[in-house]
Amino acid sequence: MTSSMLFNVTTFSYLISTIVFFAFLASRNKSLGLAGSFIAYSGLVVQTVAIALRWKESYDMGVGHAPMANLYESIVFFSWTIVLLFAYIDVRYKYRIVGAFVMPFALLGMAWAQLGMNTGIEPLVPALQSNWLLYHVLTCFLGYAAFAVACGISIMYLIRTAVEGADSSTPAGGLMSMFPPLKVLDDLNYRSIMIGFPLLTLGIITGAAWANYAWGTYWSWDPKETWSLIVWFVYAAFLHARITKGWVGKRAAWLSVIGFAATIFCYLGVNLFLSGLHSYGSTKM
Amino acid sequence: MATTERSFITNVWDVFCSLKLTLFLLISLALTSIIGTVLPQGALPPEYVAQISPAKLQIYTKLGFFDMYHSWWFITLLYVFSLNLVSCSIKRLPHVFKFISEPTLILGEGQRNSFPLKKELSFSGSIEKAKDRLSGFLEKEFSAPVISEHNGEYHLFAQKTAWCRLGVYVVHLSILVIFVGAIIGSLTGFKGYVTIVEGTSVNAFESRNGQKMPLDFELLCEKFNVEFYPTGAPKEFRSTLTVLENGKPVPGYSHVKVIVNEPLTYKGITFYQSSYGQSTEGSEHYISVTPKNGGAPEKITVREGATVTLKDGTIFKLLEATQEVRQFAPGFTGPAARIEVTRKGGAPQTFIAFKDFPDVNAQRGDALIFSYEGTNAKQYTGLQVAKDPGVWVVWLGCTLMVLGIFIAFFMSHKRIWVVVSKGHARIYGNASKNQAAFQMQFEDISEKFTEIKI
Repeated sequence: MTSSMLFNVTTFSYLISTIVFFAFLASRNKSLGLAGSFIAYSGLVVQTVAIALRWKESYDMGVGHAPMANLYESIVFFSWTIVLLFAYIDVRYKYRIVGAFVMPFALLGMAWAQLGMNTGIEPLVPALQSNWLLYHVLTCFLGYAAFAVACGISIMYLIRTAVEGADSSTPAGGLMSMFPPLKVLDDLNYRSIMIGFPLLTLGIITGAAWANYAWGTYWSWDPKETWSLIVWFVYAAFLHARITKGWVGKRAAWLSVIGFAATIFCYLGVNLFLSGLHSYGSTKM
Repeated sequence: MATTERSFITNVWDVFCSLKLTLFLLISLALTSIIGTVLPQGALPPEYVAQISPAKLQIYTKLGFFDMYHSWWFITLLYVFSLNLVSCSIKRLPHVFKFISEPTLILGEGQRNSFPLKKELSFSGSIEKAKDRLSGFLEKEFSAPVISEHNGEYHLFAQKTAWCRLGVYVVHLSILVIFVGAIIGSLTGFKGYVTIVEGTSVNAFESRNGQKMPLDFELLCEKFNVEFYPTGAPKEFRSTLTVLENGKPVPGYSHVKVIVNEPLTYKGITFYQSSYGQSTEGSEHYISVTPKNGGAPEKITVREGATVTLKDGTIFKLLEATQEVRQFAPGFTGPAARIEVTRKGGAPQTFIAFKDFPDVNAQRGDALIFSYEGTNAKQYTGLQVAKDPGVWVVWLGCTLMVLGIFIAFFMSHKRIWVVVSKGHARIYGNASKNQAAFQMQFEDISEKFTEIKI
């Protein structure tokens, strides 16, 4: 049994879970919802074992490090956190339908990681040989995953407002009856960002502390740093929008979606389109 | 006239206090920050200058786009952002302090109806007895209440963590503290770079703007090493450094290992492993040439780029040499040289002579076997030099921010009122945040409340 096989099982579980959740959305059959959750949780358990196993495998290879050192490992961890947060919402608030809007993010992450990336365990280059790596990556990706969940919920919010029209006094029936009420969606969105924002803040601060320790500059306006700050600005705007007249509701939901788009750009776009200190797997000092 | 002036000032003040300005600033900062991640910052690479039109280049330069995070308009945005933070806090803090220091002790009718969390208790005892009994109950289950009499009723008010309403302002303050730290750093600190050749020392470094800055001590590089993983990826860049005062090693600062992520700090100045390379000064390389059919090897000493004519008339040129060939010749390791050999009457041939692979050197189908023997060339280490006295202020700000966010997001101001009237008492609850969690606590308390016998 290798971690790589288990990650394939995980990807497959998330695929099935997503399909079942879509079927749940279309049919409104409660047992399908239960099945979707169950498959997602099974995948989560398998993935947890796989991550632990990969950690152990790296020690067996003599290059032991936490499995968060390159793009592949980070995206696997990102998917894992998304499913974990979905499980929390499902168990705590009983809004299973959120799975149809959140599991696709986890599936996309895993599918891209398994199919499109080099999955090998790599030794740590000198720049990454620091305890800060774990704290920095952990906080950042927990934050990113919370934003992914908030984005899924905001999309549900926007769909619901679009279907119901401007006044939500007459809730639409049919598919919409499965969606949580607007007030609940707004609240869940806020709660997800309340988890994500402190974690992103910690992620930026641990990154700054690490940069200061390794290079002597806590902030150098590197594209990755700047984009993380842009994401921080967007969510700070979201937090203030919720208490500002005329910004409550729809505009706040849009800010959450834009915030996640900026998060994804910060995570992937910066590495794919811009150059800087965070080029994954480079041999830079 | 006076009134319009006054209203103008009031208007400006209102704008600076408004959340709409906050949203505008946050979104503007987010949008404008993108520019600096797309356009090159600082010294422009010549390739970039060559591909951009002169008009664009001029406009961008005028707008400060090539050093945008230090441009007047970006700094102005940050100043207005700070002003907005301060004004918002000045406007709202007195209300919050009042809210904390002068809580609503007496619950009016309107408020009573607006709270979703309430329970009622009927009792047959006297109102005085009920007041004392319920006050003791609140103290035990929640916190000690303030008792006030109003219209023949007793109002018991108890609260917890009222101060957590200040969390938001701690976050706002933390941002200003970080700005102060950054300003201290830019005024009193410096950043620079220094290269030290193995076996030599330096007593100055080059600052970011190219100025030579003296150090009041000497830094000696004893040795520089690179280690690689079997995969070819670098494992460790290591400088061995010694600090010298008046030419003598400073105790505790002799033969210090400096690697990436493990810098050396002396007298508030920190040296970070940053780059390395081969020193070009006085570097001689040794090559041995052995005839394949036996015979004494010929030893030659040559510099990079130099040409030597061998005994048999062969012309030898050392193109380049490296102490680690891995990245140029996959599958091989160790020192090697790329050489050009022109046999008498033949065409020039270019190939690599290794130090650690004599078999490979010998397999080359020629009458002469060339092998690289090494060099007296030295490596240099490149170190970042930094001093930032403001950094502790920045960390203080960061700590405040994390603390403030934690208080603002995860703690709530919980309040409970008990209104004791003749024959019955009602309990009301309210929390500033996280209603669901408070509801559970309130239900637990109010359950016990309704079971009290008076």
